[in-house]
Amino acid sequence: MSWSTARLRQPSVIPGFRLTLGFSLAYLFLIVLIPLGALLLKAGELGIGGILDIAVDRRVLAALKLSFGASLVAALINGVFGLMLAWVLVRYRFPGKKIVDAIVDLPFALPTAVAGITLATLYAKNGWVGSLFGPQTWVGSLFGPKGLMIAYTPLGVIMALTFVGLPFVVRTVQPVLADFDAETEEAAASLGASRLSTFIRVIFPALLPALTTGFALAFARAVGEYGSVIFIAGNIPMVSEIAPLLIVTKLEEYNYAGAAAIAVVMLAISFVLLLVINLLQRWNQARMRA
Amino acid sequence: MDGAPRSNDATTEGPFLRFGLSGIALLYLALFLVLPLVAVFVEAFAKGFGPFLAAITEPDALSAVKLTLIVAAISVPMNLVFGVAAAWAIAKYEFWGKSFLITLIDLPFSVSPVISGLVYVLLFGAQGLLGPWLQEHDIKIIFAVPGIVLATIFVTFPFIARELIPLMQEQGTSEEEAALSLGASGWQTFWRVTLPNIRWGLLYGVLLCNARAMGEFGAVSVVSGHVRGLTNTMPLHVEILYNEYNFTASFAVASLLALLALVTLVLKSVLEWRYGDEIAASARH
Repeated sequence: MSWSTARLRQPSVIPGFRLTLGFSLAYLFLIVLIPLGALLLKAGELGIGGILDIAVDRRVLAALKLSFGASLVAALINGVFGLMLAWVLVRYRFPGKKIVDAIVDLPFALPTAVAGITLATLYAKNGWVGSLFGPQTWVGSLFGPKGLMIAYTPLGVIMALTFVGLPFVVRTVQPVLADFDAETEEAAASLGASRLSTFIRVIFPALLPALTTGFALAFARAVGEYGSVIFIAGNIPMVSEIAPLLIVTKLEEYNYAGAAAIAVVMLAISFVLLLVINLLQRWNQARMRA
Repeated sequence: MDGAPRSNDATTEGPFLRFGLSGIALLYLALFLVLPLVAVFVEAFAKGFGPFLAAITEPDALSAVKLTLIVAAISVPMNLVFGVAAAWAIAKYEFWGKSFLITLIDLPFSVSPVISGLVYVLLFGAQGLLGPWLQEHDIKIIFAVPGIVLATIFVTFPFIARELIPLMQEQGTSEEEAALSLGASGWQTFWRVTLPNIRWGLLYGVLLCNARAMGEFGAVSVVSGHVRGLTNTMPLHVEILYNEYNFTASFAVASLLALLALVTLVLKSVLEWRYGDEIAASARH
């Protein structure tokens, strides 16, 4: 054993350290790190100024705003309904519960392109859901003479991103809620707290870290989402064009540097998100242990 | 996830609130998840069984199915070997920089699929860093099958590793140490002690990895070049048919992918119900 491995790792009788770590690192570098490095290199050719110039281009800015804005709204919707679903799945007993629990993961399992064409068809003007909001219907007429258009508008983008993000919130909150100590609730109730104030003051604060983590995961996923969005979005520049699509457009124009610049801006924001998620998870774990 | 439902009045909600909450939650699930799933199959069979069968047996569709199977057959085993190696290194030893390594392994999950494809175009594309060298040696990666495989490996990179790492960490090293002290070799220990211990977690990871590998759209779309019959996977074939307003055929191929998703969900649930303890405690996403 050389001096460096002796210092950097604790001794173990189990063989295979060099083989497994060496292979893992080589694979990690070849598949993930070197290609990501190529991206940074390509964007680096533009310099920070060049990247920022592209990022504040009106069309790019509109796409970034839509991607992050719609993702935020979708993650908020998922925060509310995800918490509700987790609550119902953990606390209540009803027939078919196991099936309902399994279906929550559908957006993880269903290929994004399939989700995309299906949502676009459902929410189109003549689709099963879209036609309910047409101008001739009672609900649709509430939204003005044209009814409520969902497909091919930013609203359609939000619907697709909501579909994609739901499991993240449910699956993060569910285990925390299941482990929640009943005695704390009983104590609150025995001290005279109403059910609502027990929820607001005792249960909700305990769930908040997990809820925030789920929210952040759903948000991060939505920001990068492509397949389920492009069919329903209509992809009108400045209106319903998401940032990942703009990367594809730049690539099709052979504007490699432009594509790389938008990608780097998106990655920088995602990186900050990842950092926040990790901190939240540590905070969550520390609280769970306490 | 079968938390004991509470009967005590003080720690549960009144019947109206309970029914209300359950109703809203289930209605939400039905409208947002179940309805689209049903719609895929309804649209696929909208014109009857004949057109459905024609759409999925047409040569371009068959070559898309074949390519999807080939891509999964290469990328899943690659990530399987990596997942086992990485989990072994991380779970069985203490070394400097371990948590950073785990963060790096998760990295592809926080990268947009489009960017996952883009990085390979920037590396291997005609104007990419290695593009000129590849052209000189007549090697095609982008707009060809190797690029599709690479992009798929990238997006499915963490799946198996992140199932196995917590599982093997939880299991510790005592069983391996016992086997070694009884004279087993390293490989014998792995095949006879470690592998049986992690088999269900491994299968679980493979299941999720495979579902994503077969269904990946964004990353593959960027590197494929969309050559019919040559570089079209099933999700890309779905897109082309849809954009040609050939909706029935598009949904027919999509329904095969939806079926894959359903089978994945069923197998995944069966694994969770039967072997929940032998899948990592944090197996859920």
